[in-house]
Amino acid sequence: MQLSVKNEADKAGLLALADLQEDSVGVVDQIDLPEELAGRLMELGFVPGHSVSVGRAAPGGDPRVFRVDGSEIALRRETSSCIYVRPAYEV
Amino acid sequence: MGEVRGGASTAESPRPAGPRLVAIIGPPNSGKSTLFNHLTGLRQKVANFPGVTVEHRVGKAHVVGHHDVELVDLPGVYSMNPRSEDERVSHDVLRGRMEGLARPDAILLVLDSTNLNRHLSLAAPILSLGLPTLILLNMADDLRARGGKVNVELLAAQLGAPVALISAAKGQGLDAVRRFLTGGIGVPRPIELPVLLDVPACRQWARRMASDANYANPAPPVWTQRLDGLFLHPVGGPVVFTLVVLLVFQSIFAGARPLMDGIEYLVAATGSQLGSWLGEGWLRSLIVDGIWSGVGAVVIFLPQILLLFFFVAILEDSGYLARAAMIADRTMARVGLQGKSFIPLLSAYACAVPAIMATRTIESKRDRIATILIAPFMTCSARLPVYTLIIAAFIPEQPFFGPLFGSRAAALLGLYLLGFLAAFVTAKILKSSILESELTPFVLEMPPYRMPTFRSVGLRLLDRAMAFLKRAGTVILGVSIVLWILASIPQVNGKAPAIEQSLAGTLGRAIEPIIKPLGFNWKIGIGLVTSLAAREVIVGTLGTIYGMEGEASSAGLQKALHSDLTFGGAVALLVFFAFAMQCMSTLAVVRRETGGWKWPAIQFTYMSGLAYVCAFLTNQLLS
Repeated sequence: MQLSVKNEADKAGLLALADLQEDSVGVVDQIDLPEELAGRLMELGFVPGHSVSVGRAAPGGDPRVFRVDGSEIALRRETSSCIYVRPAYEV
Repeated sequence: MGEVRGGASTAESPRPAGPRLVAIIGPPNSGKSTLFNHLTGLRQKVANFPGVTVEHRVGKAHVVGHHDVELVDLPGVYSMNPRSEDERVSHDVLRGRMEGLARPDAILLVLDSTNLNRHLSLAAPILSLGLPTLILLNMADDLRARGGKVNVELLAAQLGAPVALISAAKGQGLDAVRRFLTGGIGVPRPIELPVLLDVPACRQWARRMASDANYANPAPPVWTQRLDGLFLHPVGGPVVFTLVVLLVFQSIFAGARPLMDGIEYLVAATGSQLGSWLGEGWLRSLIVDGIWSGVGAVVIFLPQILLLFFFVAILEDSGYLARAAMIADRTMARVGLQGKSFIPLLSAYACAVPAIMATRTIESKRDRIATILIAPFMTCSARLPVYTLIIAAFIPEQPFFGPLFGSRAAALLGLYLLGFLAAFVTAKILKSSILESELTPFVLEMPPYRMPTFRSVGLRLLDRAMAFLKRAGTVILGVSIVLWILASIPQVNGKAPAIEQSLAGTLGRAIEPIIKPLGFNWKIGIGLVTSLAAREVIVGTLGTIYGMEGEASSAGLQKALHSDLTFGGAVALLVFFAFAMQCMSTLAVVRRETGGWKWPAIQFTYMSGLAYVCAFLTNQLLS
């Protein structure tokens, strides 16, 4: 499985998905999570190179909905902080 | 990447006999169960939540002028790399490795046409199985309404298998399905498929297939965004949630009343009519006092139970449940579980049995067992008759929270909260001791909101009504008859004894010392024993006991209870029923799902012990 897990040095210019503002858009770059979870996330649309936009959070701010490929997936902050994206301005 | 995977070697060979066993498969929430309902007419749970179809269901589709085709509805899968128990079931069936089920000889692959970029990636592993496959792009009406489109012919040519646009909810486009079921469609033409284990490659392949078929993404669902703006609003969300809960409870009490009064009148009228036909004698006593009072006392609660199931069905089918799970996630995390556990727990408000089966979507084994163990604390519909009877008998109705929410509804809500609290405290104890584990990640797809269809909600209500009446006609009927016999012997001078002197009375008085500290006498004791089979049986049992004493009907039951229970004893009885594990079906399903008697034994002991201690304390405090 291709997980594109790189070391810290390669994260220049990347942001954790959890740190993106609501309604902003990023392009998935790497997923620093165990293979099992990373695989499930990719099946759901968090594929390197695909864009993801930040949706609403539950009352209290966590978990939050993310839009990928036309579907909406809710993730906790602990998960979305391990998905690294390149900020983008348009879908 | 990019290897050639074909189906069987012969392409397009017609199968005039047609398939006999057809599997319906697709990603969660693509409308498989809706299609299954439409084709079979068989009752089947449909919920707008990923992964609710935990067991495969089999039904027969009748095709005009053709033999019946057997259909199997499989749990939703995102891929063929099984990660949860659900996916394993689908996987095993399709590979012919499921015990007791032959390998399907054709497949209906159901995909959400409004989300093809993603859903098409499941086509790769399915087509590689080499079985005759019809690809159904469901929710075509939604796709059109939101301005999306796709060229079906182009897609079929690329995939090497037939493709049809349908709307399972509206029954549109199903002719293509019926043609497929009558045969004449061959195995898929071998096409170039991506390496199936390479997820990004599969996704890229799916995107290419979609864009080559001129797929235009539909506009985002406007209503879903508007409703989420309300339901997930930091202030509005909780407010709406509270209002909905209050409305549900008040309508269970007040709204169901006219119908219940009607049934009560019917039961009483038919009972006295029967009595006058039968004349004096043991037969009249058995039928009128034994069966009619026993079964009738329970049947009266049918409208309330249907109303509760109606609300649960609306919540599930509309897609609100997934939002509720998301909102509940933080609270669930505090007791060591995650939001996904919330969904089985919510459906346990209807019945713990399907709820325990629905825990199969939880990936972590320890979380799953913890959820199974706490599910029976959620107030299931079988408790409703007991609660309503006691509350109506002992709590006067008065406005409580404005004129729309009365004291009885408040008492009922309090009992629901009590069960919820017990579940949470128990979860916390379990997750910080024997079932301790790391917090599992929460990943949940939010389906778009959908208008629940009349057909789906109606089928489920019918299903529940039949199940409830079947139980009244079997378990409760049986218990009523046995109880009548026990209450009629030993005969004194050829006549039935006074109930205290009967065998049932003797048994009741034998256990009286154990339950006396809780404020219960021997009559309640008999009810507690019979309610081990199922909770609502106590209502039927009391109906029979009082029926044989000459009191009948539920209003009479309420009055009669006053001579046997103090206020403290009544509240203690409510607390007892909130906590006690009185349901054989639940214990049986827990044994099956956990693979042994260990967990059901722990559950039974813990819940019964808790019920006894808390009922004792309640009675002591209030007397």
